Amino acid sequence: MRQRQTIDGRREVSSPVPGSPESRRRALAARRLRRGVLAWALVAPAGIAYVLFVLRPMAQSVQFSFYEWDGVTESTWVGLDNYAAVFEIPEMYGSIVNAFELIVYFSLVPVALGLFTANTIRSFATSRLALVSRVVLFLPQVIPLVAAGIMWSWLYASNGTVNQVLRLIGLDSVTKAWLGDFGSALPAVGVIGAWVHFGLCMLLLLAGMTKIDPALYEAARIDGAGPVREFFAITLPSLRQEISVCITVTVIAALASFDIIYISTQGGPGNQTLVPGLAIYRLAFFSREVGLASALAVVLMALVLAVVLPLQRLNREGDS
Amino acid sequence: MDRLPVLRRFSNGLGAPGRFHNPWKETMVSRTGRSGRRSALATTLVVGALALAGCSSPGSGGSTAEPEGPDTDTPGESTAIDCGTEPVTLKGYFETGFPLPTELAREFERQYPNVSFDIREDQFAVLTQGAPRVLADDPPDLMRLPQMSELAKDGLLLNLDSYAEYFGWDEWPESQLEQMRVDENGRRGSGPLYAMGLNFSMTGVFYNKEQAAQIGMTEPPATLAEFDAYLQAAKDAGLTPLAQFNGGATGGLAFPLQALMASYGDTGAINDWIYQVPGSTIVTESNIKATEHLQSWIEAGYFADDVNSMDYAMMMARFINGESVFIFNGDWESGNLDAQMPGNVGFFLMPPLEEGGSFGAMSAPLTYGISAYAENPECAAFFLNWVATDETARTIAVEVGGSHPMGPADAYMPPIAEGSVTAETLAAGAAIGEQDGAMDFIANATGTVYAEGWTPNLQKLVAGEIDPVSLLEAVQAEYLREVG
Repeated sequence: MRQRQTIDGRREVSSPVPGSPESRRRALAARRLRRGVLAWALVAPAGIAYVLFVLRPMAQSVQFSFYEWDGVTESTWVGLDNYAAVFEIPEMYGSIVNAFELIVYFSLVPVALGLFTANTIRSFATSRLALVSRVVLFLPQVIPLVAAGIMWSWLYASNGTVNQVLRLIGLDSVTKAWLGDFGSALPAVGVIGAWVHFGLCMLLLLAGMTKIDPALYEAARIDGAGPVREFFAITLPSLRQEISVCITVTVIAALASFDIIYISTQGGPGNQTLVPGLAIYRLAFFSREVGLASALAVVLMALVLAVVLPLQRLNREGDS
Repeated sequence: MDRLPVLRRFSNGLGAPGRFHNPWKETMVSRTGRSGRRSALATTLVVGALALAGCSSPGSGGSTAEPEGPDTDTPGESTAIDCGTEPVTLKGYFETGFPLPTELAREFERQYPNVSFDIREDQFAVLTQGAPRVLADDPPDLMRLPQMSELAKDGLLLNLDSYAEYFGWDEWPESQLEQMRVDENGRRGSGPLYAMGLNFSMTGVFYNKEQAAQIGMTEPPATLAEFDAYLQAAKDAGLTPLAQFNGGATGGLAFPLQALMASYGDTGAINDWIYQVPGSTIVTESNIKATEHLQSWIEAGYFADDVNSMDYAMMMARFINGESVFIFNGDWESGNLDAQMPGNVGFFLMPPLEEGGSFGAMSAPLTYGISAYAENPECAAFFLNWVATDETARTIAVEVGGSHPMGPADAYMPPIAEGSVTAETLAAGAAIGEQDGAMDFIANATGTVYAEGWTPNLQKLVAGEIDPVSLLEAVQAEYLREVG
C-alpha cells in the first residue's frame, strides 16, 4: 500500500507545473478523472461487498443490542438494559477469564515455539528436510477446526491415544478423561489451539527471517557472536513486525474462540471451558435472546479491540 | 474458520483506511489530519451501514402475515378433514437419525397415492436453533418440535383443538396430550393443543442380562435399596455399574436424578415445576434426598470415571459392547437394542423406596407440530390421526420407534416377540399409565434450564465441586431467571 501511495503521490506532485498550457492541464484533469472513475469502479465490488457483509451485520448487531427480541416476533426497545444484563449473567466473568487464559495457549506458546522452530529450520533452509518440516508443521492450519476438534477429542478420550501413551510409559496414575476433568479441560482445549496456531506463526516467522540481510549474520559471526547471541541480537529484533502480526491474530483467535470449544467440550464440564463466543451462541440460538446476545457480542468486540489496539500501537511506534 | 475474516475486518476498518482517499490529498494532510479524516471515513461507513440495516426495529413488518389458523367454525359433517383426492405434497421437517417418521410417511404414501412427502432432516440441535425461523419463513406441514412453549406463545404453531375434536383425540387418556397443551402465557400442561405425538416414550433402567446374572440379579430390584446393592455388587465384580453420558453439553445424570426424585417424592410436584406452576420449586426435601442419593452413587464410584466427557453415542456403544451393566435411558432405544444384543437386554422401572410403592418415569410424546403458516394443515392433521389409529401405522410405531403408539387405551397393539426388551418397555409403559406415574423431563421446564442449569451443575456434582442443596438452588435460580 505504502509503495503505491508513494508512486501516485510523486506523480501528482510533479504534474501541475505552474504556467503550463491550458490544454495540457485539461488533458491531465480528464485523465485524472478517468483514473478516478476507474479506481472507484475497481474498488466498488469489494467495497459494496464489504459494506453489505461486514459493516451492515456489525451495525445490525449494534442495533439489535438495544432491543429485546427473540429473532422472530416483534421486538421491544429496551435501551441499554441488555448491556446491564450482560454483566449480571453469573457465568460471564468466568468465561472472560477463560478467554484470557486461552491467550497463553493460543498465542504465547505458538509464538515462542514458532520462533524456536523457524530459527532451527532456517539453519538448514535450503535442504529438502526444511521443506518437509515446513509442510508437516503447517498442516494443522489447513485442517478445518471442526475436524481438529473431533480428532483431538478422540485423542483425549479415556482410552484415547494420549492415555494409551501415558500407560505405555508407566504413567497410569496420570491418565484421565482430559476434556471431562475440571482441572485439565481448559489446558487440554488450549493445547488444541496451540497445535492449530503454531503452524501459522512458524511460517510467518520463517518468511520474516528470509528477509533479514545475511550480511548482518556474517558481521555478527565475525564479531564472535554465537547462535544464541545471533538470535537475540539480530533475528528477534528483525522479526518485530511478524511477531506482532502473529500475536494479533492469535490473541483475537483466543478471545473470540468458538469452534474448537464448541466441538470438543461445549463449554463443559461445569462451564470450565465456557468462553464469550460460546455464550453468545447459546444466548442467540438456544435462549433466543438475540438482543442480549448482540449486546454481549458488542462487548466482546470492544474487549478484543481494547486488547489488540495497544499491540498495534506498539508495533507502529517501533516503525517510526 | 472465521479467524481470517475477523483479521481482515480489523485491518480494513482501522489499520489501513487510506485506500479510499485521493492520494494527492493524502500527501498534503498532516498525521493528525489523517487520523481525523480516517475517523470521518469510518463514521460515514458506519452510518451508511446503519442506514442499510434499516432504522425499523428488528422483527417488525416481517414477511409473514397473520396466521390464518384452522377454520374457526367447527368442522361440519360435510367438510371432511382428510387429504382429498387431488395431488398433495406434504412438507416434512424431521430429525436425523430416527427412521420412524420417514417409515410412516412411506406407508402413508402407499395407502394414499395422491399424497407425497417432501422430507428434510436435521440434527435435533439444528431443529432447536432454527425452529422459529423455519416455522415462520419456510413453513413445514409437519415438523419435529423441540421444547415448544415459546413457539406456541409466538403464534408459530397451529392450534389443533378443532382437529382434536373432529378426530376424537380429546377422548384419549389426557396424560398423552397434556404436555402438548400450551396456555396463553406459554405454560404447558393446559390450554389449546399445539402438537401431536407419533408415539410416546418412557424412561427407566436397561441392563445387560448376562452381567446381571453374574452379579446375582435374577429379577429386577423391587426397592431402591436392592438396586443399590446390585450396583455395589457390579462394582465389586470389577464391572462398570453405570456408564451414563454427562459430557460436553449433555447432562445425562438428569436421567438417574429424576428417577430418584420419583422414588423419593411425588411425580405431581415435579410436573408442576416443569409446567411452571407459580410458586413451585425444585428445592424440596425429597428432591434434596434424591440428589444426595445420586451423590452417594458418584462417591461410591458406581459411575464410569469419565462420565463428564461421555456423550450419548459413547454411552450406547459401551452398553452394547458390555462395558456397562446398567444405563438410564428411554424406550426409543428398545428396537435398536433388540437388534444389537438380542435376548441380552432387560428393562425395569426405577424401583420405589419401599416394596409396593409407586413407580415414576419420564414419559413424553414424540412431538410433531403443524406450522401456523402450513399449506396443507388438514392433510397433516389427517396424517397424525392416521399414525395413531391405523393398524399398520401402529405396528410401525412399535417396531421401528420402540415406543407405545398414541391413541385410545384399548386400541390395536401389534404382537411383540416374547423376551424382547421392546415387550418389557411396552409393559412398563402400561404400568406407568395405570399408576399415573408419568412425568415430563426436568430438562424441559424452560428453554435454557438444561443447558445453563442442569448440565453444568450435574457435571460439578460429579467433580465434587458442588453439594446437592447448592445444585438444586442453582437450577432453581436459572429457572426463575426465565420464568420470573
